[in-house]
Amino acid sequence: MASGETERPRTTPDGPAPDGLVDSGLVVVGASHAGVQLAAAAREYGYPGPITLIGDEPDAPYQRPPLSKGFLAGKTSEPDLALRSDAFFAETGITLRPGTRAAAIDRAARRLHLADGTFLPYGHLALTTGARARPLPASFGEPPGGVLVLRDLADARRLREAAATARDVVVLGGGFIGLEVAAALASPAPDSPERRVTLAEGRPRLLARSASPELAEHVAARHRAAGVALHLGTAVDAIEQRDGRLAAVRLTDGTRLPADLLVVGIGVIPNTELAEAAGLACLDGIVVDRHARTEDPHILAAGDCTAHPSEFAGATIRLESIQNAQDQARTAAATIVGRAQPHIALPWFWSDQLGMKLQMAGLLDGTDRTVRREKPGGDGSDAKFSLWHFAGERLRAVETVNLPAEHMLSRRLLALADGPTPAQAADPGFDLRRLLKG
Amino acid sequence: MPTITYVQPDGTRREVEAPVGSTVMLAAVRNNVRGIDAECGGALACATCHVYVDPAWMDRIPPAGEDEADMLEGVAGERRETSRLSCQINVDAALDGLVVEIPAEQG
Repeated sequence: MASGETERPRTTPDGPAPDGLVDSGLVVVGASHAGVQLAAAAREYGYPGPITLIGDEPDAPYQRPPLSKGFLAGKTSEPDLALRSDAFFAETGITLRPGTRAAAIDRAARRLHLADGTFLPYGHLALTTGARARPLPASFGEPPGGVLVLRDLADARRLREAAATARDVVVLGGGFIGLEVAAALASPAPDSPERRVTLAEGRPRLLARSASPELAEHVAARHRAAGVALHLGTAVDAIEQRDGRLAAVRLTDGTRLPADLLVVGIGVIPNTELAEAAGLACLDGIVVDRHARTEDPHILAAGDCTAHPSEFAGATIRLESIQNAQDQARTAAATIVGRAQPHIALPWFWSDQLGMKLQMAGLLDGTDRTVRREKPGGDGSDAKFSLWHFAGERLRAVETVNLPAEHMLSRRLLALADGPTPAQAADPGFDLRRLLKG
Repeated sequence: MPTITYVQPDGTRREVEAPVGSTVMLAAVRNNVRGIDAECGGALACATCHVYVDPAWMDRIPPAGEDEADMLEGVAGERRETSRLSCQINVDAALDGLVVEIPAEQG
């Protein structure tokens, strides 16, 4: 780092003198997408002090999106998942400590206490603790063998192993994780056994939290065509076990599904315990401002674990996405080096399942009309179309199916003060790219 | 292991060893080559791993697929004949010595 005394970044105006801060360094808790991006960006922006990245998992940081896609389908191997190389950490001078669990934050002394009894002093502490899979409600009792969740690499290994011999799979939850798991397991490799895959969702439709009814309907049709039996508006009533192993799942509509594997994909719980115990405000997420700061000027947070103000939403939201993890991590890194770079990014997301590329940009809340644009030339899982969602005349969200270029265009259009009107979006003769010029 | 050279907009060159089976994007990200953001991790979802392939190498790389070609129309940096998304360039032994240039702007 070619950073002399005079170039040291300034801290927040109400923080103490910067020298002690930089000497103590930056400690990042959570070797996640957000954590790795935050550490890397801090270094890239010229942070001169030591950077330590701790993670409670034993593995070096890895890419999460493929876990429910290519990894589960057997197309992606573990080495392919690596997020960065050893050379990266060596070159950037970022100390990576996997298998290290944080126990408590001593805010007065600016120390992070670890589960092994030692502590790390910090000038800045960044919490990128992510979220964990929501388990089955406790009323179902201790889950028997064969009941799994999917969030991290260890989960994915277990699930891949269990799926190799499973004949009757039930997926609980019609969100993206549940659907990606169902898709991966319904399209088995040539040498694996036939499987029956059933997906049960308590709400009346798929993707109730994250996609429009039109897109959900298309996804439902593709899953049915792929052989996934969908039970919508139906919750799990009871889990039957035999000799400590899952035997069947009974649904509230009376259906009894024999099962040797139950994958629970009913959402996540943000990992806020460390922040809460330190007295930091948490409300379905660690509360941060648009600069990724908590109420403590020395502590920041980024990624799935944060509740943050969204300019686009006009509200405080929590997002579970790579995009948010990376953008917010860069904002946090900028704040740490004294550079103002508010987190105002447009939310976007993607999912690959059954050969379809689904992409969403913007937020659906408050939208009241939808324009559908078709691109001819494909049907079934190859169908190409997009759904443009408006609140009145204002474009708020765009969902695309197998149209990655249109997704890219929609992100630029959503960022405009004067985006397309519903009439323009509905007119196949209108070139939307015209709006980007001038 | 094939070696790939990344040239920054300021002319700085960086050689990286890229395992066969990885991509030109992955080799860059894992080795701290700046300017390849790859926000989506190679899912063909973001167009932030745009590179210019050295003209001498253009014929030795399979051409861009339809989706990649469409997405290249929307890249933030200057679009050239040699523009590619580096996540779509798979590394094999034949790519040993490949040179790619990084655009001034991504994302």
